[in-house]
Amino acid sequence: MLEKIGVKSVDELFGQIPESLRLKQPLNLPAPLPEMEVMALMEKFAKEGEIAASKTSFLGGGINRHYLPATISALISRGEFLTAYTPYQPEASQGTLQALYEFQTYIAMLSGMDVANASLYDGATATAEAVLMARRLNKKGNTVYVSRALHPHYRQVLPTYLNDIGVVISELPFDAKTGKTVYDVEQMKDALAVVVGYPNYFGVIEDLKAAREVATKVGALLISVTTEALSLAILKPPGEFGVDIFVGEGQSFGLPPSFGGPLLGLIATKDANVRNLPGRTIVRGKDKNEKTAFCISIVTREQHKWREKATSNICTNEALCATIAGMYLTAYGKTGLANLAKQNAVKAFRLREKLAKIPGVSFPFSGNTFNEFVMRTEHSAEYILEKMSAIYDIFGGIALSTHYPLHSADILVSVTEMNTDEDMDKFVHALRRILK
Amino acid sequence: MIHADTEKLIFEQGRAGRVGVDVEGVCSLELDSALPEELRRGSLAGFPEVSEPEMVRHYTRLSQRNVGIDDTFYPLGSCTMKYNPCMNEAVAGMKGFAWLHPAMSQTETQHAFRILWELEQMLKEICGMDAFTLNPVAGAHGELTGLKVIRAAIRARGEKRDKVLIPTSAHGTNPASAMLAGFTPVNIEVNPDGSVNLEALEKVLDENVAAMMITNPSTLGLFETNIKKIADMLHAKGAFLYCDGANLNALVGITRPGDMGFDVIQTNTHKTFSTPHGGGGPGAGPVGVKSELVPFLPCPRIEKFDKEEYGKDLFVPVYGKQSIGRIHSYYGNFLVLLRAYVYLRTMGSRGLREVAEAAVLNANYLRVSLRDVGYRVAFDRPCMHECLLTDENMPKGVVTMDIAKRLIDKGFHPMTVYFPLTVHDAMLIEPTETETKETLDSYIQAMKEIMEEAKVTPELLHDAPHITPVQRVDDVEANRPKNLNLRWKG
Repeated sequence: MLEKIGVKSVDELFGQIPESLRLKQPLNLPAPLPEMEVMALMEKFAKEGEIAASKTSFLGGGINRHYLPATISALISRGEFLTAYTPYQPEASQGTLQALYEFQTYIAMLSGMDVANASLYDGATATAEAVLMARRLNKKGNTVYVSRALHPHYRQVLPTYLNDIGVVISELPFDAKTGKTVYDVEQMKDALAVVVGYPNYFGVIEDLKAAREVATKVGALLISVTTEALSLAILKPPGEFGVDIFVGEGQSFGLPPSFGGPLLGLIATKDANVRNLPGRTIVRGKDKNEKTAFCISIVTREQHKWREKATSNICTNEALCATIAGMYLTAYGKTGLANLAKQNAVKAFRLREKLAKIPGVSFPFSGNTFNEFVMRTEHSAEYILEKMSAIYDIFGGIALSTHYPLHSADILVSVTEMNTDEDMDKFVHALRRILK
Repeated sequence: MIHADTEKLIFEQGRAGRVGVDVEGVCSLELDSALPEELRRGSLAGFPEVSEPEMVRHYTRLSQRNVGIDDTFYPLGSCTMKYNPCMNEAVAGMKGFAWLHPAMSQTETQHAFRILWELEQMLKEICGMDAFTLNPVAGAHGELTGLKVIRAAIRARGEKRDKVLIPTSAHGTNPASAMLAGFTPVNIEVNPDGSVNLEALEKVLDENVAAMMITNPSTLGLFETNIKKIADMLHAKGAFLYCDGANLNALVGITRPGDMGFDVIQTNTHKTFSTPHGGGGPGAGPVGVKSELVPFLPCPRIEKFDKEEYGKDLFVPVYGKQSIGRIHSYYGNFLVLLRAYVYLRTMGSRGLREVAEAAVLNANYLRVSLRDVGYRVAFDRPCMHECLLTDENMPKGVVTMDIAKRLIDKGFHPMTVYFPLTVHDAMLIEPTETETKETLDSYIQAMKEIMEEAKVTPELLHDAPHITPVQRVDDVEANRPKNLNLRWKG
């Protein structure tokens, strides 16, 4: 090869790099290991994690535990999906393209919106992108009103995205009794958008009808955020309430908790707003023989052509996760998914009923919930959770105190189809003992 | 890829009553107590009802209408489609990683924090940077993060700078990211060979410039030989030098962006560090910075504390006061970063150096060989990891798109086409280090055949591809507002 190229050594090919910039000594990196040893090392690490991963868990809060049908890992490990690049050459990428088009359809149907895109990074950045999109659509206001009951991490990502471009963020309080967002229309000046969880971080199903009325009154776009996508299979879809932009976290659809990533950002909107959707969308068109074919759509919007005028800087998204979500929704199908969502709701209700019988346990929020609810005891949440984990091998939930200091005794409990009746009895038993 | 007929949409398959995963129904009375009916939706109209075999066949057939690096040579320029080791996938699937919940107590996820921390140390060493954040989940997300960090540092200095200089040969995400970070992107013309025009730079460089973004090696496959000079010029004016690390694969183990004077770099694990691209993500875009910028990195960051009392190292996520804030729900794409970690543990310093050497050797072999079969090479001198062709002297009206599409017929994925924009109808070919000489030779042979066809039967190229499930797709027509079809509607 060197002869063909006409050089004496590989080193010569690096001649463009000034000598002074070349490394004079090897990098200080761990010595390379053969596959068998790396696998042994990683298995050792993984073993540490298995202890935690095997505990009875009621953790949710935006990262949801759902059973993964065996078909998914079998299909998604196919190299044709896994090792493909972004589908820039449609003739060689019809598989990815059709899978993403089907995903867009699924998300549009679930959210009750007209159109969805082919994924964003995660629910938090999708929320920020939705506000940026609202800003392109609504030139009147510059203040985004964000519910304090929205996932705290999502609320933290918003200023990171918005501060540098001058959007003002104002928080809307929640009602201490219902757990639902309260709106003071008089105070909501200069409104650009209203952002509200559905269900919110406390698991409470917000009143989107009321949110819609408020948003209309103050001249804002309404953005609803769903962190537990499975709830869409049972709750009235956001589209029915006239939400302008739906965003969500789609991790529930076939992705394990993954220590918080990769996730799957969802976004959908009305037909009229489609040209302002951030990220990539897939379109169904035709090839030159009039045969159905899919390709990346609205290319004019993408950075390749428009550079600084593009609607977003997103290029790589979460395509494989979107493909997985499509597989998951297909595997469960029309009745399976509805039944799964029902089961989640009923199981959460059952645990709540059982906990209600324990003296000292209460539920601060009266609003209806799907598969997550907030529980209160007379002790600090940290104390309860630590005991549960250390003595009973249970992850009992998430303490609200980190983000809501006034709620130091409150625990966010998530119940999914993966929690058996025995799990729930174990939880109840543990809590009884701790509270004694 | 097989020549499959149209695969029906999943929504057009199946039959009422069929189920894939069977889920027990619930008692409706109990459901009414759990969730009042007025809050519930009607049935999932439009959802398919298919059996498990139907579902498996649908996705298997879809996969057969797709091409990945596992199938064939995939030399997309500036995309670094290297082989994705199977062991990466095996590790990412382990329960002790995949089923970790970020809200688990930190004492029980120390191994995950350790991996992230160790990965940061390796990236620092490879790039010559003082710290890394692993939170960005894509290259463009990393760009945005890096620019926001620069912005925060400028603010902390009490300065106001709002221009970001970007060479016209840069990837389109650079200006888009600059806009999103609140800067005004300023295009800088490049020399014909893609290098920065120092005079042009001198002219626009003032106290209003926050940073300059440079891809090095450039998207033309050439090293920016004046890089140190450029860095000095920017630093003298108090501006930062940003490295788009898309092409880092050419440099690993040879030289380090940090040593060239770059203050920020975003890397792409799905390019340089072998994590699969998945048809467009998930990726990861770790961002490295020099010391002045460290306090502004996004949070959380994983820090190591050597505490005697614990008897071992303790890894803790920390939230810096000056941080630009959170840029992702949790710690970024952990399972992707885990794959990069596994890759680096198998490489070591020498392994990485060999990566760059083989990548550059392969690219130059293609450059000379393709030139010799009649293609016009944009720059007839040694390239780095990718070589650049143009369609300028193709016969009989054959253009870049024809060549690209014909390559599909010959069993190869096309190169990157029509990018960079500074070269006429560009064809950017990046073979990566993981291809053998035999593969390169068969690709050269295919390109040779295409050159022959261009002379004798050009219509074969204009009409290509021929053997794919669909033929040339009319994306202009598909994008007309009246045709825009983004979902199935029944």
